Amino acid sequence: MTLPTDKKKISIVCFSGDFDKIVAAFTIATGAAATNREVTMFFTFWGLNALKKKKGRVATGKSIMAKTFNFLMGGLNNLPLSRLNFFGASPKLMTGMMKKHNVATLPELVEAAHALGIRMVACEMAMHILEIEKSEMIEEVQDVAGVATFLNESENAHIIFI
Amino acid sequence: MKHFLDITRETCPMTFVKVKLKLAQINTGEQLEVLLNEGEPLQNVPRSCEEQGFKVLSNEPTDEAGKHMLVIEK
Repeated sequence: MTLPTDKKKISIVCFSGDFDKIVAAFTIATGAAATNREVTMFFTFWGLNALKKKKGRVATGKSIMAKTFNFLMGGLNNLPLSRLNFFGASPKLMTGMMKKHNVATLPELVEAAHALGIRMVACEMAMHILEIEKSEMIEEVQDVAGVATFLNESENAHIIFI
Repeated sequence: MKHFLDITRETCPMTFVKVKLKLAQINTGEQLEVLLNEGEPLQNVPRSCEEQGFKVLSNEPTDEAGKHMLVIEK
């Protein structure tokens, strides 16, 4: 078996913490990794919510503001739908519809992303602002880095901003 | 040794993902039979396997309408 040496690269900036947009990001990421592309997902701002170890609402951080933000945003289980969220009911209804149509749910996509070895990087600046520590994020996060690292790693890659 | 994977109930991107992960598990020289649907999986799964250096040994329609059987060698 001979593997091509010049792998195509894709970098996805996961800025949004909306359920549907994170689903889109993980769908592109897993599809790209499965078709032999080197994939990096760079999570910043609201996107960091998808990486929190605690998937529910926990008041993490030191300051009152950070605690409030982190509690209100929650984790992977609290991501809101970008439209018609209906106070958090819609993502659950949408997950039911996805299952009914045999479409991979968000936790399944996240698991596939890990199994495919997709590189996950968290934004240092956004973590500082929201007072999120690396220890509070899932173990699959390989690196905490800034924009310079992201740009270096994305050289010759397609960059997608979601 | 022959391995088998049915992706007829899967949708994009899990069709490719399951094939890719299964191919990662098996040894070089072993074969994987993949049962898949016509349309998007049939167009893209064999192509992406070949792009990754795997050999598609056969690609035949099955007795069941709309389904194909693919044999891939790692």
